[in-house]
Amino acid sequence: MLDRYGIVALFAVVAALFPAIALAMAWIIRPKKPNQSKLTTYECGLEFEDFPEAAQNVWVQFRVQYYIYALIFVVFDIEVVFLYPWAVAYNALGLFALVEMAIFLAILVVALAYAWRKGLLEWI
Amino acid sequence: MDLIVFYLFATLAVIAALGVVALRNPVHAALCLAVVFISLAALYVLLSAPFVAAAQVMIYAGAILILFVFVIMLLSPGVDQGAGALKWQRPLAAVFGLALAVELILVLASAVLPAARGQYTPERLAQIGDVQAIGALLFTDFLLPFEITSLLLLVAMVGVIVLAKKRVRS
Repeated sequence: MLDRYGIVALFAVVAALFPAIALAMAWIIRPKKPNQSKLTTYECGLEFEDFPEAAQNVWVQFRVQYYIYALIFVVFDIEVVFLYPWAVAYNALGLFALVEMAIFLAILVVALAYAWRKGLLEWI
Repeated sequence: MDLIVFYLFATLAVIAALGVVALRNPVHAALCLAVVFISLAALYVLLSAPFVAAAQVMIYAGAILILFVFVIMLLSPGVDQGAGALKWQRPLAAVFGLALAVELILVLASAVLPAARGQYTPERLAQIGDVQAIGALLFTDFLLPFEITSLLLLVAMVGVIVLAKKRVRS
């Protein structure tokens, strides 16, 4: 059982080493001439020089809208977990299972349509 | 070999679980929880249940943990706001924790946990494939629970939308 997971372990080791080696290489070969602008925190789409308090304190309260997206994501994540065994056993199951999965997906599309209709997929 | 891997991930899971309880920063505790979930996934692989392991990583480490982190970021910006302990919290926690430990030890000492259930032995599952077995059972014997799951998810999502909508607008 376990010998087939050697490649997964190897993948995990490489994944852990990859960023470490990349950062170490950059640290070794880069010239070190820091100044104020280079040392500020960088985040895409934000200029921290304009918002000094944002650079110092990143423990800010998030908007509730992120949470709605996360919850909708959980629903569809669970849907994928059910799709996976269905797809693997598809040849053995036949038309009946196809109809059943269509019903399953249709019920969840109702949920998505409701969220869409209520305007929750728009960023306010 | 199996035993070495089991002890490796079991130790990792216990240490990370201690981290979840002991770390003061809630975000760090949530990251420790991710380590617990992934260690449990490795233990499921050892138990010849690769589908459960994959579902564990996808649902728990992927989705549930994101919810936890979002709740933390929504509710408590800042590290350890230091809301004082509830009255009697420590003695009560000790009593209930001890009771749970005694109960677990009693159950695990007396219970018989069979690896095989009915016709599904580990050897047969390795032969037909565990995901195929789950898929075949899901669409025959457990068809109704499967369909009800989708209704449950629908209700959960509508509930979220109704509850959250007021706050988004305001």
